[in-house]
Amino acid sequence: MSKKLYRLLPVVLGTAGLLAAAGARADALVKIDGSSTVFPITEAVAEEFQKAKKGAVKVTVGISGTGGGFKKFCRGEIDISDASRPILKKEMDACKEAGIKYIELPVAFDALTVVMNPKNTFLKEITVPDLKKMWEPAAQGKVTKWAQVNPAWPDQPLKLFGPGADSGTFDYFTEATVGKAKSSRGDYTASEDDNVLVQGVSRDVGAIGYFGFAYYVENKDKLKAVPVVNSKGKAVLPSLEAVIDGSYEPLSRPIFIYVNAKAVERPEVKEFVEYYLKHGGALAKEVKYVPLADSDYKHALDNFGKKKTGTAFGGEAEIGVKIADLLKRDPKE
Amino acid sequence: MNPQDLQVIRALIAKAKRWDAFFGVLGILALMVGVLTFCALFLDMAIQGVPRLDADFFTNFPSRRAAGAGILSAWVGTTLVMLVTALAAVPLGIAAGVYLEEYAPKNWMTDIIEINITNLAGVPSIVYGLLALGLFVYQFGFGQSILSAGLTLALLILPVVIVATREAIRAIPQAIREGAYACGATTWQMVADHILPYSSAGILTGVIIGMARAIGETAPIITIGALTFIAFLPPVPFTGDPAAGLSDWLFAPFTVMPIQMFNWTSRPEAAFQVNAAAAGFVLVLMTLAMNGLAIWLRYRLRKNIKW
Repeated sequence: MSKKLYRLLPVVLGTAGLLAAAGARADALVKIDGSSTVFPITEAVAEEFQKAKKGAVKVTVGISGTGGGFKKFCRGEIDISDASRPILKKEMDACKEAGIKYIELPVAFDALTVVMNPKNTFLKEITVPDLKKMWEPAAQGKVTKWAQVNPAWPDQPLKLFGPGADSGTFDYFTEATVGKAKSSRGDYTASEDDNVLVQGVSRDVGAIGYFGFAYYVENKDKLKAVPVVNSKGKAVLPSLEAVIDGSYEPLSRPIFIYVNAKAVERPEVKEFVEYYLKHGGALAKEVKYVPLADSDYKHALDNFGKKKTGTAFGGEAEIGVKIADLLKRDPKE
Repeated sequence: MNPQDLQVIRALIAKAKRWDAFFGVLGILALMVGVLTFCALFLDMAIQGVPRLDADFFTNFPSRRAAGAGILSAWVGTTLVMLVTALAAVPLGIAAGVYLEEYAPKNWMTDIIEINITNLAGVPSIVYGLLALGLFVYQFGFGQSILSAGLTLALLILPVVIVATREAIRAIPQAIREGAYACGATTWQMVADHILPYSSAGILTGVIIGMARAIGETAPIITIGALTFIAFLPPVPFTGDPAAGLSDWLFAPFTVMPIQMFNWTSRPEAAFQVNAAAAGFVLVLMTLAMNGLAIWLRYRLRKNIKW
């Protein structure tokens, strides 16, 4: 045994030496991180892109959330940041401080879907003011019955389900309904896992909740979507067509990728983004997201080619913005 | 002894036996809570996941299509991370344990170190993750790599290995040490020729318990930045163009089984839940295989001890 041990020693020391001497090898690698909402699309694009390049380029995709993604992005750790909302002022400042320029590219839409239990017979449509009455902070502990929101509805307990406060979906929903991002009542069943919300709403007759369109599509047998009354007074169910023609508002939102302008000088990153904008639409549809119009992808590709850096939003969220208009704006840093 | 006393004594014995039986049942129930819960969970996972298991599941990369998705990058990642963890934690842990038992002077410094090691075993794993993020990922510049993950988990299980080593060493009779010293052995000779061989079975058990804990850890690995979608393997040394170096795989990005599972459970499609169950089943099997290996090795090592 002792002899064996002595023989082991050089192995251990050798390993330690190797560790010290090792250096990372430069590989054609595209690093992506960020929103879990954008992840399915980016994952699909990454999968297809790697197949198309026959393994010559490696792509990694992480899920740190939109905020976590931007933190890494502005430290220069990743090439592309997935974002389910536009970059915020403080993130713009962080990037500027680190000298990182970026190209903002919309890649698809997500339709936030308001869902109810299939046994619910009285809810035919819902207006944004109704949603506000349900979800605003002032409703906390007070609005607990359906009749309190709308007298036409029965005096049944109202059970609310929604994503937690770290989610971009939460930010957008509160902004679109209550009028201020992150402003929501706290006494609802919150979960970062949308499948938990699906379970919750499907088990409770008096339940209503919201999450991304893909989760509704996959669980149509357990849930019913609620038509949301848009600004023209028409109740619209979320669907591919309704999002594309703009009638499903204000709950449809664009989702983005942010590309590090310096990383674009590397051919693998440039090729990947071009592939994303060329094939992302079809792949988005496949993973149950709503693609942009073809002309918008072309426009985005054009902006990418011209390396238009900065954001078209100025560091704030916007509700109901048209992609075509967005792409025409002159982005600022 | 008159018959009345006998009655009293019999009643007393009967009562004591009833308590005995009661405690036996209570013990079995307590045991069953753990065992049955595990069995129910495991069976549920097995029923859901086993039909999904085929060769492709092990050789395919993750994919957006549930039917074609596999755990290749995950199980390779987990295996490599465990390898680094073992290479780092085992020598360090055993050396520390041997030092504390056989070399360290009994004074207040040693006491403080001992208390700290015991406490370290109770530190939440996410704290190790944060420490590793600052130290390995940024300070040492290892990046979000297999090396960082392996060293993080090594830190996590180090207290377990140290404590197990010490327990195993303490179980060795004092006479063995005295015998070795009486023959003129130095401390190191005594340790290398007697203490380590005799305690290796116990140490191994501790190492495996630690490794079994590490293999399921998700929080610290996520903290240091394991990736969710990764469709390539770390470079095999001396292959590829340009050829990879001997230790390049240590610096490769990676994912591990628990992260792959977690990703799948949060997918909307029901088919991914089946994938997650299948991956969970494989992960449990990996853990059981490790435990099995430990039991077998322990049996082999114990057979060779003759005292």
